[in-house]
Amino acid sequence: MLNRICLCLLLAVSTVTWAADLPEFRLTIKDQKFEPAQLTVPANTQFKLRVTNADTTPSEFESNEFNREKIVLPNSTITVFIGPLDKGSYKFFDDFHQDTGKGVLIVE
Amino acid sequence: MLAVALLVFREVLEAALIVTVVAAATRGVVGRARFIGGGIGLGIVGAIVVALCAGVIEAAVGGSGQELFNACVLLAAVLMIGWHVIWMSSHGKQLVHEMQSVGHAVKAGSSSLVMLLAVVALAVLREGSEIVLFLYGMAAGGAGRADLLLGVPFGIAGGVAVGFALYFGLLRIPLRHFFTATNWMLVLLAAGLASSAARFLIQANWLPAWHNQFWNTSALLDNGSVVGQALHILVGYDARPAGMQIAFWLVTAGLLVCGMRWMTRGHSQRRSAVTQPVAT
Repeated sequence: MLNRICLCLLLAVSTVTWAADLPEFRLTIKDQKFEPAQLTVPANTQFKLRVTNADTTPSEFESNEFNREKIVLPNSTITVFIGPLDKGSYKFFDDFHQDTGKGVLIVE
Repeated sequence: MLAVALLVFREVLEAALIVTVVAAATRGVVGRARFIGGGIGLGIVGAIVVALCAGVIEAAVGGSGQELFNACVLLAAVLMIGWHVIWMSSHGKQLVHEMQSVGHAVKAGSSSLVMLLAVVALAVLREGSEIVLFLYGMAAGGAGRADLLLGVPFGIAGGVAVGFALYFGLLRIPLRHFFTATNWMLVLLAAGLASSAARFLIQANWLPAWHNQFWNTSALLDNGSVVGQALHILVGYDARPAGMQIAFWLVTAGLLVCGMRWMTRGHSQRRSAVTQPVAT
């Protein structure tokens, strides 16, 4: 039983795509807004999103629609792995500045 | 003011629901208030430390430190809840019996209590560190002092109030069913936390998603709503879960239920083995 679980785990890990091969996209948080506020990415492809916080206050990059959340400290950059996603539009926001920090991911 | 109060409320709510389930599950145990209070205190200190070290945590493990840290905290909580649930399944009946016959608090295995103290501390630590970072940002960003002085207490009070409401609701469950109910709540709580851990590991590309958005019930109940968020903590509800999250949920719930069954059966067998010589 334990062996079988270990085997399953190994198989699971081996199907993780090598991170360096993935396409990369970038977002910047400036004056508590996303730049660009609308980002187009390919459908059915896993990709890396690099989010840079150019402000002096912490932010949290979050989306309920593609299910991600990560704190972005001032003057630093985070990486989140997203997708593969179906075609459509997916909202994301800055949890710490919800009035201004809004954006949308266009998957096509 | 409202923005501060709302964010604080949401984070406090998540921790408060976990603390409430733990508080209910340790009903009638000697020294429980001290343990839970200690857990909350430790959690607050931990939250401040984690917030201060956020940069170091983030930079660790090739930029995936934050996800790994969250996943480890969540999985540690799952293990500790699991320990308690399985321990309770062999001692729960005895506990109820003692509570009914003695009519007041009973002594429980301290290892199980320490586990639950840690669960409380970890829950407060995880949600608290976000509040600390958020408030630091608000203060540094020039938010008015009145905003913070009013928003924070209102947010905390709101979250704690929901926790108390749930607690007193749970107390209405008759005593003979009480620990069965709280044990099941702990199983669902642990399964949900395991699912959240899987989400962080997928986000860091440490685990495959096994299909993002296995289903989508966000039109029915969104995770952004307060009810969706409460259910997210209590039973692991996710409007758009990945396949791997569902696998983590099922495996955790399955293992705990098997563990409970096995311990209950072992316990009653041991008891009948003891009573048999007397009967013959």
